[in-house]
Amino acid sequence: MINNLSAKERLSIAREKMPEQDAALRSRNFAEVNLGLSLEQAMREAQRCLLCKSRPCVAGCPVEVDIPEFVACLAQGDLAAAAHALMRDNALPAVCGRVCPQEVQCEAKCVRGVRGLPVAVGYLERFVADWAMANSADLPGPPATVPSGKQAAVVGCGPAGLTAAGELATRGHEVTIFEALHDTGGVLRYGIPEFRLPKGIIDQEVRRLIDVGVRIECNVIIGKTLTLGQLREQYDAVFIGNGAGLPVMLGIDGENLKGVYSANEYLTRVNLMGAGQVFDSATPILRGRHVAVIGGGNTAMDCVRTARRLGAERAMIVYRRGESEMPARVEEVHHAKQEGVEFVMLTAPLAVLGDEAGWARALRCQKMALGEPDASGRRRPVSVAGSEFDLPAEVVINALGTRANPLLTATEPALKLNKWGNIETDERGATSLPGIFAGGDIVRGGATVILAMGDGKRAAAAMDAYLRSA
Amino acid sequence: MFKVLENEVLAPGLHRLVVEAPRVAAARRPGQFVIVRSAPGEERIPLTIGDADGASGTLTLFVQAIGAGTRKIVAVPPGGFLRDVAGPLGQPTHIENWGRVACIGGGVGTAVLYPLAKALAEAGNQVTTVIGGRSAEFILLEKELAAFSAEVRVTTEDGSRGRRGFVTLELEDLLRNPARRPRSVFAIGPVPMMRAVAEQTRPHGVATIVSLNPIMIDGTGMCGGCRVVVGTEARFACVDGPEFDGHLVDFQGLADRLTMYHEHEAQCRLAHAGGGMP
Repeated sequence: MINNLSAKERLSIAREKMPEQDAALRSRNFAEVNLGLSLEQAMREAQRCLLCKSRPCVAGCPVEVDIPEFVACLAQGDLAAAAHALMRDNALPAVCGRVCPQEVQCEAKCVRGVRGLPVAVGYLERFVADWAMANSADLPGPPATVPSGKQAAVVGCGPAGLTAAGELATRGHEVTIFEALHDTGGVLRYGIPEFRLPKGIIDQEVRRLIDVGVRIECNVIIGKTLTLGQLREQYDAVFIGNGAGLPVMLGIDGENLKGVYSANEYLTRVNLMGAGQVFDSATPILRGRHVAVIGGGNTAMDCVRTARRLGAERAMIVYRRGESEMPARVEEVHHAKQEGVEFVMLTAPLAVLGDEAGWARALRCQKMALGEPDASGRRRPVSVAGSEFDLPAEVVINALGTRANPLLTATEPALKLNKWGNIETDERGATSLPGIFAGGDIVRGGATVILAMGDGKRAAAAMDAYLRSA
Repeated sequence: MFKVLENEVLAPGLHRLVVEAPRVAAARRPGQFVIVRSAPGEERIPLTIGDADGASGTLTLFVQAIGAGTRKIVAVPPGGFLRDVAGPLGQPTHIENWGRVACIGGGVGTAVLYPLAKALAEAGNQVTTVIGGRSAEFILLEKELAAFSAEVRVTTEDGSRGRRGFVTLELEDLLRNPARRPRSVFAIGPVPMMRAVAEQTRPHGVATIVSLNPIMIDGTGMCGGCRVVVGTEARFACVDGPEFDGHLVDFQGLADRLTMYHEHEAQCRLAHAGGGMP
């Protein structure tokens, strides 16, 4: 029996490597970079888990997936049981297995990581979720629910909304998601490129929610098409998970020149509207030989790698601190480098320079040096006098982050906001208005998919209690 | 899916569509717009709502077929469907009784001007309407506007209807005559026309509102693509507009950004040659 492996035997197994598409090839296509483990690899990796009593990995997961349980089932080759254990706590496991920063969450807590490499929980999650999708016909359907007779509305079809909707539906409530865009998934679809998260994965995860009874209505903008007040009248409870969509602008000269994009616009054109990916797509996008992406987060990496795939000869990250200060996942930075992305570090943009026809032609930059730590704990970049230089760039993409979109909140003055315009909630996701809950980026500012999902899950539990007491 | 009930050709390439969209029709106020997509894979096109009927749940849209996306929208026959109609978006027009106002419409802008002019008249304003177009066939809604305007003046570039020349000729007459000078001017049409009107009213100190049509993606402030400089500030036309003080708008920047995809559009036209582009 595999579970009879001794700790020593388990410790002797080396961590599996994720097979990837060849870097030169993939830097010119949109197919997924990570190819997934084989069953043999996945089982061997699962056998590295020491089945420790303290289970710190679970505490490291914002949705508290029963990691030891699903990993143990996988180690024994019982994939159905592994899928059952995984999906009990995670509504979007195939998404999380691809985009979660496991290295700072579950894997960061793994006992095996104290000396050596932690168990590759993310790879295993992806493997089990993909297996479950491919074999859904053979798996038992969702358990029958007892209708509560209560109706809940969910604003936004991103990770927070989808999670909340799934949790509410399995508890017997009738759930309708209202999505402002024309398709499902929110940031999962418009913000994350195909090569990191294939659209087919989102479609299947959304399909599973529809199968448990969740209704989804696209093209409904809460705050405009319907007000929050109307939702409160028509539904017994409301969850707001409409995201943080409002770009932070550069605030430098030339940011309105032709060729300057916000990350949201650039990624939406490509990911949601098919620009440059679908043959003969009507959606235009500027390709550019030289593309400069300003920022150092995961969104910046998504933009620069997309630019590379759209044919940029030089696709560059321009970041005012150093590489070790970049907030992007190490894996994304590594992948970007393999794909030929240039990293122009310790460089701050001063202006976008244009030609006489209003097109961007270069980014005027200044070199920076790292000084004392600032409020974020990272060393503060300070400008180096006389170090200005111009970087050729016909396309400049601003990936500096997002702020709270006021479209919904501005129409409901009674909803309490903080000074950044984010909705204030208690730890259960309850807002200042009875029956209205919120989570994800509209509450916490730009964060990760899994934190938004954690919010959706917690709020759904609180909403369930509210609906049952009302 | 949103059903198209009527599809009428008003002028070459210009269609009037009546679309079933009950929620949007109920929420809509003059000056707001919708984002329309004809089918999966097509572009999202912002279109001003020409009129709405909350009781029947319908919107009237005026669509000028220019690019691939708009051509596909006008190709939907009555009884057919538009995949997506999202809205109402943008800020409603600020309507008050200024007394004497002038409404200036150019080409398809006249259709967008119609609900605004009507609302101004209903608020008690004395409305003088000036509409212009390339030639007589591009003069829209003259009779409809006359129903509530104190006067409708028409200009055409080729002189085939009304006075030969641009709308600015007629506006100049109004501005020069102290007895007729409007307190506020509303101008909707091509960027060069709105820019010319704003420059014309500036020395007279007459408040001038223009409705902008920059490139737009989501319409909710998310992408920032529709940014336009107003005064010294970058504003998003989708959530802050689409109407702005014409004396503060950076029309050059707007005109520049509107040419961003001209090359792409030209290529699309070549690829779809014979597709019925006027």
